[in-house]
Amino acid sequence: MRKLADLLKHPLRELQGEVDEAVSPERYTLLRRKIIALMVAATLIPLSVMAVLNYYEHQNAMAREIQNPLRVLVNKTKNSFELFLAERTSTVSLIASAYTYQELADQQKLARIFSVMKREFEGFVDLGLIDEHGTQVNYVGPYTLQGKNYADQRWFQEVRLKGKYVSDVFMGFRKFPHVIVAVQHMTEDGRTWILRATLDTKQFERIIASMSLEPDADAFLVNGQGLMQTSSNNYGKVLEKVSFPLPPMTYEPTVVNMTDPLGREVFLAYAYFPDADFVLMAVKPRSSSLKTWYTVRGDLLFIFVAGVAVVLIAAMRVTDALIRRMKEAEDRRELALREVEHSQKLSSIGRLAAGVAHEVNNPLAIINEKTGLMKDILDMQGDFPAKAKLLAQVESVLRAVERCRGITHRMLGFARRMDVSIEDLDLSELIRETAGFLANEAMHRKVDVQLDMDPELPRIVSDRSQLQQVFLNLFNNALAAVADGGNITVTARPESDGVRVSVADNGCGMSEETLKHIFEPFFTTKKGKGTGLGLSITYGIIKRLGGEISVESTQGVGTTLTITLPKGQREALA
Amino acid sequence: MSKKIKLLLVDDEENFVNTLAERMKMRDMGSDVAHDGETALEMIKDGTPDVMVLDLRMPGIDGVEVLRKVKKSHPEVQVIVLTGHGSEQDQEVCMQLGAYEYHKKPVDIDRLVKSIKGAYRQKMEDAMVAATFAEANDHEDADRVMREGDKK
Repeated sequence: MRKLADLLKHPLRELQGEVDEAVSPERYTLLRRKIIALMVAATLIPLSVMAVLNYYEHQNAMAREIQNPLRVLVNKTKNSFELFLAERTSTVSLIASAYTYQELADQQKLARIFSVMKREFEGFVDLGLIDEHGTQVNYVGPYTLQGKNYADQRWFQEVRLKGKYVSDVFMGFRKFPHVIVAVQHMTEDGRTWILRATLDTKQFERIIASMSLEPDADAFLVNGQGLMQTSSNNYGKVLEKVSFPLPPMTYEPTVVNMTDPLGREVFLAYAYFPDADFVLMAVKPRSSSLKTWYTVRGDLLFIFVAGVAVVLIAAMRVTDALIRRMKEAEDRRELALREVEHSQKLSSIGRLAAGVAHEVNNPLAIINEKTGLMKDILDMQGDFPAKAKLLAQVESVLRAVERCRGITHRMLGFARRMDVSIEDLDLSELIRETAGFLANEAMHRKVDVQLDMDPELPRIVSDRSQLQQVFLNLFNNALAAVADGGNITVTARPESDGVRVSVADNGCGMSEETLKHIFEPFFTTKKGKGTGLGLSITYGIIKRLGGEISVESTQGVGTTLTITLPKGQREALA
Repeated sequence: MSKKIKLLLVDDEENFVNTLAERMKMRDMGSDVAHDGETALEMIKDGTPDVMVLDLRMPGIDGVEVLRKVKKSHPEVQVIVLTGHGSEQDQEVCMQLGAYEYHKKPVDIDRLVKSIKGAYRQKMEDAMVAATFAEANDHEDADRVMREGDKK
């Protein structure tokens, strides 16, 4: 990890490297690993960050999308409940205000009022009038509760205190869940009495049913103590304690995540009632509501994994290509360096040879003239005993001078050709001249060198010194390959668009394996003696001059190298 | 070719040039010898040779300069360059400056003699062409004089 951080800090340091350093294959492996790591890090870190952010953003968006309707639904339902309770309370309150105590205490009148109430508002079960001492003075309803005293009940105390009271759901004397709505009224003469109605909780169930929730969802009313006010599917029946702790109090509809007692991940939407001791709760399992989210999450994961795979593959491929290019460039550079070195060496040898040739030419001319003069004088003399013998000596000296002349002129020619570039040249003359350099060695080793030049050979436009180098290389190789007394045949033939020259020897030949590498730089079979550059330089020159070079060889039979050269040169070379 | 060819040999290598002069004399060619460029130019002023055999690398005024000057002042003199140092460029320059031939030392005497004779022939031909032109001009002048005389 530290290494990666270091790499990120100095990403280019590794890539710059030391140019002149010898490049080992391990270094390329290391470099490759580092480049890949860098590329992967540079792409995967933003990708991962994006994927994670996307994940959470999506999750939140999805959750909000599910929670919002739930919140709205809870709010609406809460309002329905509040409206329901407010309506009922004000109905009772209205009746308490509209009628006198005497009227309400009248059994028949109360019965009539109750029947109107029941007709207009659903949910009323009974109606009772209670005096200030808590005794039920009058009662209409399905039970016989007349004369019952409520003085010590909590709701009585509350209604005396607050004037209005809506109870929790409870069983009471009636043995079914109900809610009491009680209103206290005060007459002008200072008497107080209480009108009390009972509501059955079927209405509550109806309001909840109107939420039309999905089967696995649940909605119910709980009071401040956590007692169920309506039945729930999963969390207990009416008046049972709700099976999870109450959420923190808020009048705003709120959604929280929680794990319910059944072990499901659920959304709990709830709201406390400001005017009554109720909490409306709706529970929705997350698994069902988040089904879309899960598919989205799957897609996200798939895209991420695919992205990572693509990045990895691309990084590998790009790096491999990069490294390969680098390697090639390195090799080419190395070869070019060696080539320059080689040709510089040749050129300095050439200059030295030229210097020597020049210096030797002048004394050679003197010898030539002096001996010539001797010959002239001898020719003019009449016969004398030693004349023939002397003349033979003089002729011999002149021949030696002629030989020296041949050598110095060839040396000068070699030097001259180091500088000249593209020109019109006679290839057979060039081949002959170049072969002349090795004539001595060939003679000593009794190697038969045959030059088979087509007299119709066209002149070509090419680089004399480079071609000389090429043929020198080829002849040298052939000479190195043949045994003493072997054969070398140089054939030059016109071709449709140029010249084909082949150098054939009957030497040792080479194996398939050697043939494969023959033009590679630094490949040599002359252990310790060769640079391994000869043929690769030759190859480079021939390619630059627009030609082709090929090799055929049979082990033990011989080797033939064939070069084709174009008649003219492309503009770029001129 | 009955007339003796008059040669001027210019070379700083006395040993060489003196011997060459002697050999030329044996071949019926009278030759003067100069050992440097200045002397050669002086000698040309005194009496023009037919053919000049010139070395290139000499102390003082070098062969190329001598060639240039000679060809300017005495274009009729044919110059054969004979040098041990010559490069391809030198040869090209000399031929452009109007040298008759270019030889590298050491040179075979027969070849040099052949070259000198060729140069001399060339000189004679040039002289004849020049003379013909001059004659033609004379004729033209004469014609014009005649015509002008007729008008009168």
